[in-house]
Amino acid sequence: MAVVDIPIARKPSDYRSDAKPIWCPGCGDYHVLMSFTRAFAELAVPPEDIVVVSGIGCSSRIPAYTNCYGFHGVHGRSLALAAGLKITRPELTVVVASGDGDGYSIGGNHFIHACRRNIDMTYVVMDNHIYGMTKGQPSPTTEPEFDTALSPGGTGLRPFHPLVIALASGANFIARCFSGEPNQTAAILVEAIRHPGFSFVEILSPCVTFRPDEKEWKNLVHDAPVAATNDPAKAARRIMTDDGFNIGVLYRGDRMPYRPTVAQGSLDLAELERDFEL
Amino acid sequence: MIAAGSPKIAKVADLFAVAYQIEADAVERYELLAGQMETHNNPELTAVFRDLARAEAIHRDEICRLAGDIDVVARAQRVAKWSRGESPEAASLDDAHYLMTPWHALRLALAGEERALAFFKSVMETAKDPAVKKLAEEFVEEEAEHVNLVHRFLRKYPKPVDSWSSDMDSPVSQE
Repeated sequence: MAVVDIPIARKPSDYRSDAKPIWCPGCGDYHVLMSFTRAFAELAVPPEDIVVVSGIGCSSRIPAYTNCYGFHGVHGRSLALAAGLKITRPELTVVVASGDGDGYSIGGNHFIHACRRNIDMTYVVMDNHIYGMTKGQPSPTTEPEFDTALSPGGTGLRPFHPLVIALASGANFIARCFSGEPNQTAAILVEAIRHPGFSFVEILSPCVTFRPDEKEWKNLVHDAPVAATNDPAKAARRIMTDDGFNIGVLYRGDRMPYRPTVAQGSLDLAELERDFEL
Repeated sequence: MIAAGSPKIAKVADLFAVAYQIEADAVERYELLAGQMETHNNPELTAVFRDLARAEAIHRDEICRLAGDIDVVARAQRVAKWSRGESPEAASLDDAHYLMTPWHALRLALAGEERALAFFKSVMETAKDPAVKKLAEEFVEEEAEHVNLVHRFLRKYPKPVDSWSSDMDSPVSQE
């Protein structure tokens, strides 16, 4: 008789660890954590088959608050770690968490090349347009007129446009979410994880401490007025001309995910040592 | 009209399951807020949110009792899902602040109770099954009572002064 694996029904709480988040009350990242656990429960993937990889920053604390495998890596390098992991252990569900400082500044180059490689993993950036953990320095997505003691008169710099960069670099799935809509975000995360190749999900997640003005985001976000496209040219036009508050899946590509062509090496430690002998 | 993205309620069992989930989500949310306040050294609010969680847990367990043989926990996992917005009685996390006062906590609670009241009213007004309508009516009465109760509590806690959030050692200092 054939044995059929029936997935066990899972609850979001099955994916939460006992560690208590230390984010500021009011922070959007609490909702993002909820969206993660709701999405994982919907996918019903066992926690031990999910790896949440992160870099440095408020958002990057998220692996500790899940009971999946986690890797709290070095600043900006989460994608490099995750890419190596997914290539060697393709059966795992790999989700990478970052913030706009970690992901677009220090990790900016990894971002471009991760999109280009199109490895089957999901990259979630909690974008609050500020470095929160280090007390409010402007990040690559900060508006040019953001005027504080640390950026007197504003930065005067054109903000980075992550969705356009992702599209131009080859990401296979692009979406924007708002943390204040955790159920909608969870549904988009489910889609992003299921979509083959590199999925990029930007989540607008307000920093209430250093950017109290972002509380207004909940009144600015709106559903993307048109359905997602698989045409990069159409997607580019839409993303370039949107107001930054369009929520939903914006691009669903059909590029084949990257798979290594070299034969799997030996996992025998002694043999590996011999290979590396000088 | 029921808000878009709310669960579909066709049977009495569905309504029990959704009502159960609403209270369960409220408990979870107050516990989360209590945890936030504990982490940020606001013991007064930790206690207030724990009390609110306890009160909602009583409502949650009462719904289980009223549902009798219906397995509300299992059914809620299938039917009590909001695709947009959140479970109505879950207090807003966006409005939390590390220096918030009992007045703010009660305002959050009041908003949650009012959303739950509006939800059950919309179920009552749109239900086709008379049994669902009747049960929804009972939940409306219950939630209206909770709204009044929070209003009574609020009378004990006057609105704080405008400077309630000022902090001599503010985390936003960049000097």
